[in-house]
Amino acid sequence: MTAFLIKLWENIKIALRALMQSKMRSVLTTIGIVIGVLTVVSVASIIEGLNRGIAGQIATLGGNALYVQKYPWVSMEDFSKFRNRPNLTLKEADFIRERMKSAEAVSPSTGTRQDVRYRNKTLNGISVTGVSDRYDVVTGLVIEEGRFFSYSEIEREKNNVVIGWEIKDKLFENRNPIGEKIRIGTTTYTVIGITEKRGNFLGESLDAEVYVPLGTVFKNFGWHRSLTIAVKVNDPAKVEAAKDELRFLMRTIRKLTPTEEDDFSINQQELLTEMYNKLTGGLYTAAFGIGTLSLLVGGIGIMNIMLVSVTERRKEIGIRKALGAKRKVITFQFLVESVIICGVGGVIAILLSFIVSIIISKITPFPSAVPAWSVFMGLGFSALIGLFFGIYPASKAARLNPIECLRYE
Amino acid sequence: MESLIELKDIVKTYKVGAEEVHALRGVNLLIRPNEYISIMGPSGSGKSTLMNIIGCLDTPTSGRYELENVPVHEMDDNQLAEIRNRKIGFVFQTFNLLPRANALHNVELPLIYSGVPAAKRKILAEAAIERVGLSDRKNHKPNELSGGQRQRVAIARALVNNPSLILADEPTGNLDSTTGEEIMQIFRSLHAAGNTVVLITHEREVAEQANRIVHIRDGNIAEDIQNR
Repeated sequence: MTAFLIKLWENIKIALRALMQSKMRSVLTTIGIVIGVLTVVSVASIIEGLNRGIAGQIATLGGNALYVQKYPWVSMEDFSKFRNRPNLTLKEADFIRERMKSAEAVSPSTGTRQDVRYRNKTLNGISVTGVSDRYDVVTGLVIEEGRFFSYSEIEREKNNVVIGWEIKDKLFENRNPIGEKIRIGTTTYTVIGITEKRGNFLGESLDAEVYVPLGTVFKNFGWHRSLTIAVKVNDPAKVEAAKDELRFLMRTIRKLTPTEEDDFSINQQELLTEMYNKLTGGLYTAAFGIGTLSLLVGGIGIMNIMLVSVTERRKEIGIRKALGAKRKVITFQFLVESVIICGVGGVIAILLSFIVSIIISKITPFPSAVPAWSVFMGLGFSALIGLFFGIYPASKAARLNPIECLRYE
Repeated sequence: MESLIELKDIVKTYKVGAEEVHALRGVNLLIRPNEYISIMGPSGSGKSTLMNIIGCLDTPTSGRYELENVPVHEMDDNQLAEIRNRKIGFVFQTFNLLPRANALHNVELPLIYSGVPAAKRKILAEAAIERVGLSDRKNHKPNELSGGQRQRVAIARALVNNPSLILADEPTGNLDSTTGEEIMQIFRSLHAAGNTVVLITHEREVAEQANRIVHIRDGNIAEDIQNR
């Protein structure tokens, strides 16, 4: 083992000396490798960033929550098709709450966008969600300060509001907002709670939201709106069965005949997860495609330059062979050289990908982080390319006839 | 009597295009330890081919070659490399030093290939450089050395593995006569120290410095004279 390491070190020195001799050529040769590794590592770091951000957000929707809505979250069809569906109503929500056996909690909600104002500060187009009393339980909303709505507050349609972390930050700065009055649209509400910071979802802040009792949305912002009926399933293992029951109940109350299609959608986190996985899977496939292609091109470049190098250094090979270098020694020498070229390319690519990652998180809404596995994979792959595409030139060098090589000037 | 090199009916035939070239047509030659022998002949006589075969750079088409009683004529590429490394020290007309490596590293090369550890290598290489009187130039690269100095480095390299045979191919061919004489002086002293020296040359004055002169003509030994 030590003998091998010593031999390796000798060859690394020889290779570095040869590469330093033609620095420009060596660097240019690595470009293909750099692009290949850079592509894969950069995409991996974007996806890693997405994973840390979005995947977590999707998970907070709750794996055992079902959402009955007018529109599906994910559809291959034209959304105009769903526009003529009837709105989901409170009556339907009550029907589900009474009849659904596999539901732990049922919480209707609805949304609108309004301007939110405190003293002389106004935030435009803030998402206002009208909620019922179990909304926090069903959707996994966490209150950081104050409290969520009680049953009676919802029933009496009190003008109270729970605000998102960012709303608090922008309107109140360091002041305590609990008990303060803010205006939503034209109505005044009293702040009773603040939600925990949740971060961004596809560039949109999840903390720039306010929550009010469901009834007040209808009362203050109009009756013509569809509900989202969130259902928390009591047994996470039986989500599919619960989904069937929910669908049956919805079809019952809407009196659909067996031949009629559903005129509502049952959404669940799984759909988003699936879509997300499809999206990132597609990104990975594309990145690996481009990466593989440029690594291939880079590898052929390496092979080409190594063949040139073998031809140029025929004399050196002849001398080494005359002095007793066996075939495997020459092979090893040239393999080490091509692996080093590729390894240098890999290192350059990794360094660049850290820079790219920083740029991406600065100029796009996507967070970005270079995952450790991609660094090792990038270096490993480039070394492997060097090994693979170096074999032919190296074995060609090893098989050269020393007499002919020595004659070469 | 003990033999260092024994060549029996060595034939070497090349194919150049469709034509067969008979470079050697059945050479028989015996070289004993500590001989100083020159192989002489005009270009095209087959002396280079003979040198390549004696130097284990090439194998004969037919015939036997025993080096220290070991048959080498049927060895493969790797076995020949090992023989060259341990038994033969080459000195070439064009020096054949690695241009990017300094003198010391050039002299170390054969030791690297015989697996001598770095520390011992350095000691041996420095001793060999000392023997050719170049200690003060050991860190110079070939292009910083004169022709004579380069050839001294090459001789140090040929000596460093303590070979059975020093094989010099036109060692003074690229040197002026004064420097050439200095190099020949080194070969004489190596012979005096017990080494076997085989000199390949086409120059009569160079050849006549050896104790035995073998003339090659048309792939055969024409004359084998004891010089002194």
